[in-house]
Parts: sequence; structure tokens; C-alpha cells
Amino acid sequence: MCLTIQTRNVLADVEKVFHSNQLRETMAYTEEELKKELETKEYEYGFYTDIESDTLPKGLNEDIVRAISQKKEEPEWMTTWRLEAFAQWKKMEEPEWANVHYEKPNFQDISYYSAPNKKPKYDSLDEVDPELLDTFKKLGISIDEQKKLAGVAVDIVMDSVSVATTFKKTLAEKGIIFCSISEAIKEHPELVKKYIGSVVPAKDNFYAALNSAVFSDGSFCYIPKGVRCPMELSTYFRINQAGTGQFERTLVIADQGSYVSYLEGCTAPSRDENQLHAAVVELIALDDAEIKYSTVQNWFPGNKEGKGGVFNFVTKRGLCERSAKISWTQVETGSAVTWKYPSCILKGDHSVGEFYSIAVTNNFQQADTGTKMVHLGKNTKSTIISKGISAGKSQNSYRGLVQIGPRAENARNFSQCDSLLMGNECGAHTFPYIEAKNKSAQIEHEATTSKIGEDQIFYCNQRGIETEKAIALIVNGFSKEVLNKLPMEFAVEAQKLLEISLEGSVG
Amino acid sequence: MLKIENLHARVEEKEILKGINLEVKPGEVHAIMGPNGSGKSTLASVIAGREDFEVTEGSISLSGEDLGALDPEERAHAGVFLSFQYPVEIPGVTVTNFIKAAINESRKAKGLEDMPANEMLSKIREKSSLLEIDRKFLSRSLNEGFSGGEKKRNEIFQMAMLEPKLAILDETDSGLDIDALRIVANGVNKLRNKDNAIVVITHYQRLLDYIVPDHVHVLYNGRIVKSGTKELAFELEEKGYDWIKAENE
Repeated sequence: MCLTIQTRNVLADVEKVFHSNQLRETMAYTEEELKKELETKEYEYGFYTDIESDTLPKGLNEDIVRAISQKKEEPEWMTTWRLEAFAQWKKMEEPEWANVHYEKPNFQDISYYSAPNKKPKYDSLDEVDPELLDTFKKLGISIDEQKKLAGVAVDIVMDSVSVATTFKKTLAEKGIIFCSISEAIKEHPELVKKYIGSVVPAKDNFYAALNSAVFSDGSFCYIPKGVRCPMELSTYFRINQAGTGQFERTLVIADQGSYVSYLEGCTAPSRDENQLHAAVVELIALDDAEIKYSTVQNWFPGNKEGKGGVFNFVTKRGLCERSAKISWTQVETGSAVTWKYPSCILKGDHSVGEFYSIAVTNNFQQADTGTKMVHLGKNTKSTIISKGISAGKSQNSYRGLVQIGPRAENARNFSQCDSLLMGNECGAHTFPYIEAKNKSAQIEHEATTSKIGEDQIFYCNQRGIETEKAIALIVNGFSKEVLNKLPMEFAVEAQKLLEISLEGSVG
Repeated sequence: MLKIENLHARVEEKEILKGINLEVKPGEVHAIMGPNGSGKSTLASVIAGREDFEVTEGSISLSGEDLGALDPEERAHAGVFLSFQYPVEIPGVTVTNFIKAAINESRKAKGLEDMPANEMLSKIREKSSLLEIDRKFLSRSLNEGFSGGEKKRNEIFQMAMLEPKLAILDETDSGLDIDALRIVANGVNKLRNKDNAIVVITHYQRLLDYIVPDHVHVLYNGRIVKSGTKELAFELEEKGYDWIKAENE
């Protein structure tokens, strides 16, 4: 019934890029040719799949919200929940405090629902829309590979509807639920009802409210008490249809003493117009549970003049109960504008929050990203390691809040924010906020800014390492502490993505 | 091996090298001495291919191959090694990883596969024990927090690993105390053989007590104004550079 999808789909494509890159080296191109190639190469995921899709008219009102809910055959309580969120959203204004500048999306000019027309239920691969399979091929997912694939379950969200989920059976044996959120609303309403909006309430912020009203699909995961999820769970997001926004909703619940590692990858076709992506991710780690959530985000960043690209306005937050742990690891190389602060509410005593981030900006990209660590329980601990890499004319900001509540005895935080600059036209900014209401708190903050110097490049060159490779080496060294936190196959992918995102940015 | 003919080079509008001629044969050690600002480090950088300098006239060749049109990394692949006066730091990249990348990039340029891990490992072991380098040192970030002596020793370690035809040691003695100097010089001596050549650039004679040159050249105002045997270095030490300056005004 389900389609098997290689988890390393992004990697496969990246590898293609990488191979052509190696080819280039051996052919000893001139710098001019290299530049030209980079200009034409730019964003390799920029193909558009012409699948018949069922798209709602542009614009947003109560009827559209109802229509989305209806199309998804949702129960009444979900429709009501969406409508309440919509009512909240109408009263809210788009936030302006972030260090990013962009033309605000016209929310009435977006289509809020676009589903591939053929129903996403397949008995075998033969039944899958051939165009869709073609898309997968372009992403480098070979069917053969899919078949022998082991160890990873993937849920693909392409233009809003979850197309396929795999390994359900293996997971089901352990009582693990891993499915699209739409399915969860129907099949597991008690869990969804209890937890959706419990960490990120609909009225939390402008984009979260919008998402709550119109979310089209996303992933749902529940790990039962004491179960260690035997494989990495993975979701893969892709925006396809023109003029659509993607509003996915992810809900991960780790019951007492359970463990799960969750991976999320993203790409989008290149288009001239900006595409909006406003996701909400909620994590719930009950007592003694651990959730590791890793993201490699490679949305289309816009072309080198800064035209097009994805607006990535995402709310990610996790709640830790007693002795629970949540780790966010992210490698962000895409999007024209990023607004994203994966956070941890350390509610339970002895709970732990971690945030490891690499954010790369090139050309005209802008990123305002960081985290919030809210210490409520006693003996809570948080670690923040943020690595910002800016090249071209991009602006890269770290914004972080460490909040220690009055009851949080012996709370500890360590933050480290490092910025690496390439060239003279980019910017790196750090906005750390600390609010401590308990005197026993220990908070440390370290920050550095450095530049990839011509001296470093020449030193590498002199040892026989060509410039692109030298940059990759330096950037990897700079990002090492974060790369080390990623699951193995993701780390390799992330390393290559870093290389590609920064190609041609020096010299 | 190294042949430099009538080399002129400038940075922006300022001419720094004004007609250098130098020939270094396999197995030889040449010392280039001279006062500050005479162009010693520029000469080293120009041989290595640093782009800040523009070669306006003359040629540099290594074993008959013209280096002029080659990028710095291609010169490295051809066998040029420069031990830097101020080695740069690369945080997060270990000494081992760096040298691995350097060796494999050179191999790739020659159409060879990456060096197998066990071969790499045994080579690292061999060279680090030859140079009396503590293995722990190899897993530290390249030059980060290294003392002056450690930085220079790391340069010589890389030289040992890369086995260049021509090694240029730019002020390798600067910033070293006498013990560190002895260790570094011993390392260099162990790497000398009949097939490679070494050019030692130094301000003072003291390094030459340890690395004994076959030829000594005095660089002044962008030209080699005097050449001789190792005795010339003693003479310079005794009389100072004013003597050279006076002769060339």
C-alpha cells in the first residue's frame, strides 16, 4: 500500500551536483568558466512537476478555511479549531521586529490548498502518477534503492498532501504511529485533540495562527511509553505548485521514557515569485522521553539578484516534562528570508534543551534565526551552539532568548554564537536576550566573529588544496560542533550542501 | 631544480624584486639573507604563486617546468612547499584532517586515488616519530592555540608528509627559543636528501649553525648583491647589514 522512498533523496541529488563539481576540477576550468557555470547551475532542484492538482481559488476567508477542512474530510472539532485560529489571525499583524526586509506577502493572493489530484493511496508503485515518479527520479531516488532501503521511514509532503508513508508495519509492531497529520486527525483524534496547539497555541504568533487555520498536511508521530524508535523517522517537504503556500503541521509526541530521532528535509522549485512557507512543529517529550529533531533546509533561496525564493516563517517549539530532553539540530542553507526559532520549554524538573544550528546565507538571502530556552523547572539545562556563515550580500542574524523563571532553581545555560564572514558585503548580527528571575541561575554566553581570510585560502592552496575545497574545509571546521550532532547520513548530506551553497563566494 | 631568471615582481605600483637570478640544484641547501624589507619574503611568496604580487618580468621554473602560469595549488602539486613565517589558524580542522586533504588533493591532481587510510596512518606515525611529535598534537585544530615552536614544527611535519622537491623555509627561526630552534632544524636536516632542495630564508646566522647551507646569498633592495659559501653568513653576522648597504648605495 505504500511507496518506499529513499531517505537520502536530497543527498542523491546533491551527489549529482558534487560529481559534476569534481568533473569540473579535473577539467581545470578557468575562473571565468567556473563563474558562468555557477550562475547557470544555481539551484538544481528547480524543476516543476506538472501533476494535475486540485487547487483552491486564491484568497483567504472563512469559506476557504471550511473548504480545506471539508476537502480533508475532517471532523467538526477540527473545523471549529481552524475557524477559531482564523478569527485570531485576522486580529493579528505581521511581526516586524526581525532583522529582515522583504515585501510582505499578499495573503489574498495565495492559494491555500493544492493537492495532487490522484488520491495518495497506492497498492504498488505502478499506480503512482508517472509524473510524480519522475519528480522522485529527479530527486535521485531510484526505485531499486527504495526497495532495498532499510532503516528509515519517510513521509513525503509534496504540495501539502502527504503522498506516501513507509515502514508503517515495522513501526506498528512497536505501537509507533507515524502518518500524515490528516490521517492522524481521522484515526487518532484523541491524541491530536489533546496535543495540537498545546505547545504552539493558535494565537501564538501571526504565522502560527495562519498555519493553524489553513494547514494542509504534515506529519504526525507518536512513540508509546518506554519504546525506543528503531529507525530514524523522516519527512520530506517540497513546494511544487505556483502561487501556493505550504503550511505543514508536524506533531511529535514521545510518551514517557521513549526515544525518537526525527529528520526533516526540504526543497522547492525555483520560481520568480516568492513562495510562502509557514510551518508549525510541536514536540512533546513526556517524563524521561527524548526527541532529537534534525532539519536540513534547502528551500530555493532566490536567484543571485535576490529575485524569488521561499519566505520561510516557521514556528517550532518543544515541551519537556520531567527529565525529558529535546535537541534541535538544523542546517539552514536555503530560503530568501528565514524567520525561525526552534525553542524548548523546560517545564519539568531536570529537563534538558539543546539547539545546534548552522545557518548559511549567500547572495541576497536574509536569515533571522535562533532559539528560545525557557527554564521553568528546577535543575534544567540548556545548550545553544549557533554557527552563522554569511557570504555575498546576505544578512545573517542570531536571535536567542534564555529565560529563567522564578521557580527554576539551579538552571544552567551555555550559549555560543559564532559568525563566519566571507567577503565584505555581507553582515552577521547577534541579538542575545537573557531574562533571569532566579538568582541561582548560571548563564554563559560566548560569541566570536571571524572572516575567511585570503591568508587561510592561500595557505590551503600552497598545500595543494584548491580554493573551493579550501572553503569547504574551513567552513566544515567552523561548523564541526554542529555537524557532529547530526545523524550520520544527514551529516554527509549537510556537509555537501554547505559546500554547494558557498561555491563561488570567494575570489 | 629551481631556476629563477631576471625575476621582477611588484605589489600595486611598488617594485619589490628587481631582477633576481638564482639556481638551486638537487641536494643543495641555499640560504637567502638580508635586512628587513629587502624582498626575502616576497621572493618566497612569488615562488609559491601568491596573487598579491605581479610578476612583471623574468621566469621561475622547477625541474624545467615553468611555474609562471600555474596556480598556487598547481605549484604545490609540482613539488613546491613553503613553510610559512606566520602559519594561519584553521579552527575545527585537525592537523591530521588537513594533511589528509592536502595529500589527497595532490594525488587527485596526479590522477591517483585517495591514499588508503592505513597507508596514511602509518605515514603519519613514521613522520611524527621522525620529528619527535607527540601524536596528541595531531588531533588539535590546525595552528589554533599553538605556541610559536609548535607552529613551526607543524610546518616541518607537513613538509615531511608532502615530500616536496623544493622546500622554502621562510623565517622558520623567528619566534623560536633555542630549544625549539634546534628541534625544528634537526627535523629539516632529517628530511634533506640528494633529490630535494631547500631554500632557507633568514635574518640571522644562528639558524645556519643548525641547517648548514651550501650557498649563501644576500638579498638587498630586490637584488641578490652577494653570493658565497657559509662563511659569508659569519661575515654578515660580524659586520651587520650596514656593510652591504654601504657597498650598494
